[in-house]
Amino acid sequence: MELKTLTYLFVGISFAIYIGIAIWSRARSTNDFYIAGKGVNPIANGMATAADWMSAASFISMAGLIAFLGKDGSVYLMGWTGGYVLLALLLAPYLRKFGKYTVPDFIGTRYYSKAARLVAIVCLIFISFTYVAGQMRGVGIVFSRFLEVDINTGVIIGMLIVFFYAVLGGMKGITYTQVAQYCVLIFAYMVPAIFISLMITNNPIPQLGFGDKIAGSSVYLLDKLDQLSLELGFNAYTDNNKSNVDIFFITAALMFGTAGLPHVIVRFFTVPKVSDARKSAGYALVFIALLYTTAPAVAAFAKINFIDSVQEVEYKNAPEWFKNWEEIGLIAWKDKNNDGIINYSKGNALDGIKPKYLDKEGTHGERLTSNNPNTTNSNEVYIDNDIMVLANPEIAQLPNWVIALVAAGALAAALSTAAGLLLVISASISHDLMKKILMPKITEKQELLFARCAAAVAIFIAGLFGIYPPGFVAQVVAFAFGLAASTIFPALFLGIFYKGLNKEGAIAGMISGLVATSSYIIYFKFFNSQLNTAENWFLGISPEGFGFFGMIINFCVALIVTNFYSKPPKEIYQMIDNIRQP
Amino acid sequence: MKFSYWKSNLIILSSLLVIWFIVSFGFGIIWSDNLDNFRIGGFKLGFWFSQQGSIYFFVLIIFLYVYLMNKLEKKFFSDSKKLNSKDKN
Repeated sequence: MELKTLTYLFVGISFAIYIGIAIWSRARSTNDFYIAGKGVNPIANGMATAADWMSAASFISMAGLIAFLGKDGSVYLMGWTGGYVLLALLLAPYLRKFGKYTVPDFIGTRYYSKAARLVAIVCLIFISFTYVAGQMRGVGIVFSRFLEVDINTGVIIGMLIVFFYAVLGGMKGITYTQVAQYCVLIFAYMVPAIFISLMITNNPIPQLGFGDKIAGSSVYLLDKLDQLSLELGFNAYTDNNKSNVDIFFITAALMFGTAGLPHVIVRFFTVPKVSDARKSAGYALVFIALLYTTAPAVAAFAKINFIDSVQEVEYKNAPEWFKNWEEIGLIAWKDKNNDGIINYSKGNALDGIKPKYLDKEGTHGERLTSNNPNTTNSNEVYIDNDIMVLANPEIAQLPNWVIALVAAGALAAALSTAAGLLLVISASISHDLMKKILMPKITEKQELLFARCAAAVAIFIAGLFGIYPPGFVAQVVAFAFGLAASTIFPALFLGIFYKGLNKEGAIAGMISGLVATSSYIIYFKFFNSQLNTAENWFLGISPEGFGFFGMIINFCVALIVTNFYSKPPKEIYQMIDNIRQP
Repeated sequence: MKFSYWKSNLIILSSLLVIWFIVSFGFGIIWSDNLDNFRIGGFKLGFWFSQQGSIYFFVLIIFLYVYLMNKLEKKFFSDSKKLNSKDKN
């Protein structure tokens, strides 16, 4: 069958499944809507958490990013998995025991303060919207490449689907669709990875394959990759580029940020028992690790495949996928030396980095760009990291159904994460802002209505982000993790492990973490991006890693300020004693 | 029985966090370059820890914690029925 038909078929079937599940698992109470009635099996919850967590970025971009970064890419691998250890050991069981609906709920109750609840709501909404913007962009890319519909139409279809099952089903609907989405996305990720691993190394297990010898030779894949990278002017693939200090801080910021992400934390509110929360975090990490240990293998395969199939190839003989992705705007070629041959090496091919396409063809049939060539290097190829996973099956010449599967998988990854985020946004507005602060008198029915309306509004705003993508999406991802690490994680951790912390200490800590982290990131990312180099960074910490420093500031400020005010009331001590018991 | 439930929990989780730190920040970052002198198959050991090994250890750590805590809870709360039935708060 033709690729487009197959893609429509796969995407159509998966969407029908999601909608069917949504109808089957409608939410009937706020308890259902916020935390799925606390009846989710820990393994199912582990799958749902994994789908919730693995976003369009994990599915589409991460392997490409690692292919580009080499060993430095391990900050994402360790950072986005290590956080689950912190969650399982330090937060999930206690927050589950607390037994309420949202993260601001815990912070507001534990610190007996509406102000603390409000600070938590603000951080949560900011973090979650930052994240949602990226998901909607992912949906748009997949639709435009594989279904050849306009990006905006794609985003609207995505919005409608999410609207349907999030507004109708709440957490209950989302949980069970996420289980289905996990199955789709992991299958879609593993199949091409296994094919490619077999093709390159004769080893069917990608995790082992990329440490294996290249098929038909006695050279290890990674050694070959190191050698190719050096020849093309890059650092060796298996060596670090970044300083150890920076890698340490980025990894830590991502780990503590992961543990502080509200949409991940609430997943552990949905299981029946405290011990299930721990178990569920373990299963979640198993399901996540399956993709996260495959990603670096995919990265290495993709990189070697990419270099092999384009390096020093005449443009007119370039493979079909190269031209397809050029058409979509994720690849560009600037023939700097006018020899008609593609030369790929280190450095930016174009001035201004991103290509600005003209509606003209060059002498070899390539898409012309108005950018001046960057003359400081001889690289002629602009390549967007995102295509490594999406184009991989094409590069490896896998059958059409595999390519169609990848499209369905990428959509599953984007939609599941978007739904989880929209739910925490709507819950924090209807439950924390309306019910607990502004209108405490509303009934459960009204609150449920508010929750559904808030979800609808949030989906609408997220859709706008997808249709009019703000140019700063990539920059603000550091923000989401930095803020989660420097505000929410410390407030939760200290709330559980340090009984004596009063509201003044907690609020001062959160605000100082928030201010320190955001001003550092804004300074380097928005106002002085030309200064954003290692020499100018404080202690050599990049903005991506500063959230960890912000977290340390939060801890210090909270522990100092708390000494100047009276101790928390007795009920709080009792409450903490209670959550510490299983 | 020397320690209370909470004390034992703190001991368990801090020892596991030490392992967590060593396999990721230690083997994956701080001593990664030194470990790169050793190889397993085509992997340099430091590289393997940073892109594979640390993640496997994370999974093991969580399940070890689940196991140890279940044992601990049995020891301290075995008489309470609450743990075995779904709590309805």
